[in-house]
Amino acid sequence: MLFARSRSVPLLLIVVSAAIAWPALAADIGQIKVAKGQVTIERDRQSLQGAVGMRLQSSDVLKTGEDGSVGITMTDNSLLSAGPNSILSFDRYEFDATTQQGKFDASLQKGSLSVVSGRIAKQSPDAMIVRTPATILGVRGTEFVVSAGE
Amino acid sequence: MHGLRRPAGRTLALAVLACGLGACAYNKGTVVLLPEGGGRDTAVIVTQGEQKIVLDQPYAAVRQTAFGPRAYESNAQEVTRTFGSALAAQPARPQSFTLYFIEDKVEFSDDSKRIIEGVFAEIARHPVPDIVVVGHTDRTGADLKNDKLALDRAETVRAELISRGIAPENVVAVGRGSREPVVPTAVGVAEARNRRVEIIVR
Repeated sequence: MLFARSRSVPLLLIVVSAAIAWPALAADIGQIKVAKGQVTIERDRQSLQGAVGMRLQSSDVLKTGEDGSVGITMTDNSLLSAGPNSILSFDRYEFDATTQQGKFDASLQKGSLSVVSGRIAKQSPDAMIVRTPATILGVRGTEFVVSAGE
Repeated sequence: MHGLRRPAGRTLALAVLACGLGACAYNKGTVVLLPEGGGRDTAVIVTQGEQKIVLDQPYAAVRQTAFGPRAYESNAQEVTRTFGSALAAQPARPQSFTLYFIEDKVEFSDDSKRIIEGVFAEIARHPVPDIVVVGHTDRTGADLKNDKLALDRAETVRAELISRGIAPENVVAVGRGSREPVVPTAVGVAEARNRRVEIIVR
């Protein structure tokens, strides 16, 4: 009896910790709210068709076609939207909803991007960075547009 | 291969011509700070190599050229021309609603029941709503207790939203404890306006 009970405790712990760890593994960083024309998400060497409602993960790369545009709301309330012929990658994204601290690094390899910064940029000055092939943008806030050519 | 190279050469020739005419059309991109309401602190710091330019006025802009960043003043027309599609795809701004609680309890006040109706009207406007319920406490009580109470309040509201038909995977509950009082008070002050839950619909 005693033996059976002592075995069941670690088993329960494993089940509980697995349940807690799961959302962290599949962490959503944002959601596609607007999609027009051709939009693709490159994830783990796979190419997925981007559609309204899809959730993004860190290190996703978004691409829009000649007729494409896409709008994303991030979990820190920032809004990013890209115009046609754009490549936007989410290089790093961390956001603690309780402390509201985080880190957000994105890069626009080409195309056009509009940004409304959210909670991450508000909490500390160097927490949000947008890169283009030529420049680094330190985002204090809040609304700006950036384009990157060839 | 040959077909790929020719347009690039033509673009460069055009760019050199344009630069020679004083309207440098060939560049590696632009950054424009947009005007906004509310007068909040806003700035973008653009770094290219060793050079740094701070944009902190509406339409302050930087054009990246092969010779380094060039500051200039942009305008609404130029922004629309270059960024019209990107701006048109911008998602709706997150909307925030606040519910108040009876001290130390997780019960709604009467006003709050009405606000819930507004939340549902907003949710109906979003094709793919995701909702964050953020619980807050006032500055009485220990941090640990407040964090738990804040989360309990958020969970109560989350459960209420789910019971009224919102899909569980679209609602997240978060506890902020006493970290973000709307009314700044000393520690230990009971303040009804700080005992609240914010519902963010986005």
